[in-house]
Amino acid sequence: MRCAGLVKRFTDVTAVNGLDLEVFAGECFGLLGPNGAGKTTTVEILEGLTPANEGTVELLGQRWTSGDDRALRERIGVQLQETQLAEKVTVEETVRLFRSFYQRGHNVDEVIRTVGLEEKRNSRVGKLSGGQKQRLAVACALVSDPELLFLDEPTTGLDPQARLSLWDIVEKFREGGGTILLTTHYMEEATRLCDRVAIMDHGKVIALGTPAELIESLGADQVIEFSVTNPLTEEDLTNLPAVTNLHKRGDVYALTVSEIGIALPALLAEIKQQQSEIVTLTTHQATLEDVFVSLTGRMLRDG
Amino acid sequence: MAEAKETLIAGSSEPKSRKLHPLVELTMTRVREFLREKEAVFWVFVFPVLMTFALGIAFRNTAPDKTLVAIEAEAGATNTGEVANILSQSPDVTATVLSPEEATQALRSGKVSIVVKPQRDSFEYRYDPTRPESRTARLLVDDVLQRGKGRTDVAKVGEEKVSEPGARYVDFLVPGLIGMNLMGSGLWGLGFTVVIARSRKILKRFAATPMKRSHYLLSFMLSRLVFLVLEVAAVIVFAAVAFGFTVRGSWLSLTLVTVLGGFTFSGIGLLVAARPTTIEGVSGLMNFIMLPMWLLSGTFFSSERFPQVLQPFIQMLPLTALNNVLRALMNEGSSLASNWVPIAILLFWFVVSFIVALKIFKWQ
Repeated sequence: MRCAGLVKRFTDVTAVNGLDLEVFAGECFGLLGPNGAGKTTTVEILEGLTPANEGTVELLGQRWTSGDDRALRERIGVQLQETQLAEKVTVEETVRLFRSFYQRGHNVDEVIRTVGLEEKRNSRVGKLSGGQKQRLAVACALVSDPELLFLDEPTTGLDPQARLSLWDIVEKFREGGGTILLTTHYMEEATRLCDRVAIMDHGKVIALGTPAELIESLGADQVIEFSVTNPLTEEDLTNLPAVTNLHKRGDVYALTVSEIGIALPALLAEIKQQQSEIVTLTTHQATLEDVFVSLTGRMLRDG
Repeated sequence: MAEAKETLIAGSSEPKSRKLHPLVELTMTRVREFLREKEAVFWVFVFPVLMTFALGIAFRNTAPDKTLVAIEAEAGATNTGEVANILSQSPDVTATVLSPEEATQALRSGKVSIVVKPQRDSFEYRYDPTRPESRTARLLVDDVLQRGKGRTDVAKVGEEKVSEPGARYVDFLVPGLIGMNLMGSGLWGLGFTVVIARSRKILKRFAATPMKRSHYLLSFMLSRLVFLVLEVAAVIVFAAVAFGFTVRGSWLSLTLVTVLGGFTFSGIGLLVAARPTTIEGVSGLMNFIMLPMWLLSGTFFSSERFPQVLQPFIQMLPLTALNNVLRALMNEGSSLASNWVPIAILLFWFVVSFIVALKIFKWQ
């Protein structure tokens, strides 16, 4: 799947602003970005639900509106962020309905088993928990045995347990040779599931690579976050040994450091010398979140 | 058996199992959703029956009430007793002697239709000529008194009393209620379901599958067909049992017209639901469309009562057309061919609304 130069303008905003992507067969590709970055619009353009103002999309060697959209839809599976399936219908009836739209695909029972809803097969959709509803949505996307699966924020709003079970389903699909395009604003999700990640902000890709590459690009493997009683100057901090980058959000400083063993004692000495005192201090392994912060100065969840 | 096991183990695709047809599954989903919505079942099936019952009882044909007359008895009047005596001879009159104040009060409040004031050798009638029952009372009382005083009839008359089934109010009402019910369930049934599906992004989700769009819309027509038969039958059977209602025309014609009516209002429902994204939006639109027809289309009383200038407009309304055909078939037993004008009007609405709806329908 590839797209080039995608632009989508709405009356008041440009949601997608010149986007190029390439997703290879068999990989799980993640679009990571805060709310409003244009992820959903991008996915809907790729799914052929929203026409782009500019740019081209090619899926499985085919283009949308080239006359055979239905054949292309046979080969993709879609889970939309906002769909709320009919509440009065049972799990099995829902999957059966979706199955009937496709020429070929999985057995209804089998898909229900794959997403772990056997016990709920005769329950009405309205009675399911958030995680179960989301697994049902994924079941409806999987029922056609698609080559390419689109998941738009599949775990947003779910508790950790529900998130884990959804991750299992996604990983199983990928092990079976399927290709996945996934959007998320959870960096753990992108790190765990995705082979490659594109970080999106304001309708553009601002970084692209494997999660490991992106984190490495920070030139650091650790982040120190701290706050102190008397503010320190930026210069004092960036001049410390092994410090590669500095961000300040409110009272909290975030230092990305290449070697924690050198940077931390130096920082503590500096704080003491400035006659300041530590209020909070934490260190963690650098993550995709830190990549996003270093590129934009904002947190993913700030939106 | 061994074969079945093998395909299960082999896993992924299932070429051998029963093929699910999208139209069947979509229609089944519609039917299930409807039956599991208790309120909808009430409004479509129970409400029209209750309505028929209530209105049938309220306007049932009973023996005509006696005309109520007050005889004004002024102090010292002598012939009050004679007048009372004459009036009491008539089986159609109930007369009471009242004081002038009481009589005036009784007339004003409608307890009596006329006040008779006996003079020395004449009568004075006091009544409101704008009230039909008072005019009738004036004629009746005068007739009784004149005869009592010795007037003789010069011409002989014969009478034949007609109040057979087919000419009563309930006979007028039942086809109208069926028409109104077809309109209501068509518009609500389609309008709401489609707009809810749109607002919950289910339409968008369907648009992302290879589902044929015509299948989706057709499934509404088919599920309507299932319920249409039931809802019309419920009202007819009830009216037959409770009021001795009979259908004079052919059942086949009636079925065809009912289906056409159901489809016409489904088409209009689809048109109404083609664009709105909120329930509020579609509710307003539906009331805007249905209210004039409730009032004008002759459900509870004949639409002929409205001024002549409005008639061309009223006759073009789909509900007027449907009510007219239903009445002609059920009450008069006429044929489809003789009702081609309202049938053509219904067909026109069906085709136009369906085509326009398909053109402007929004899937997200």
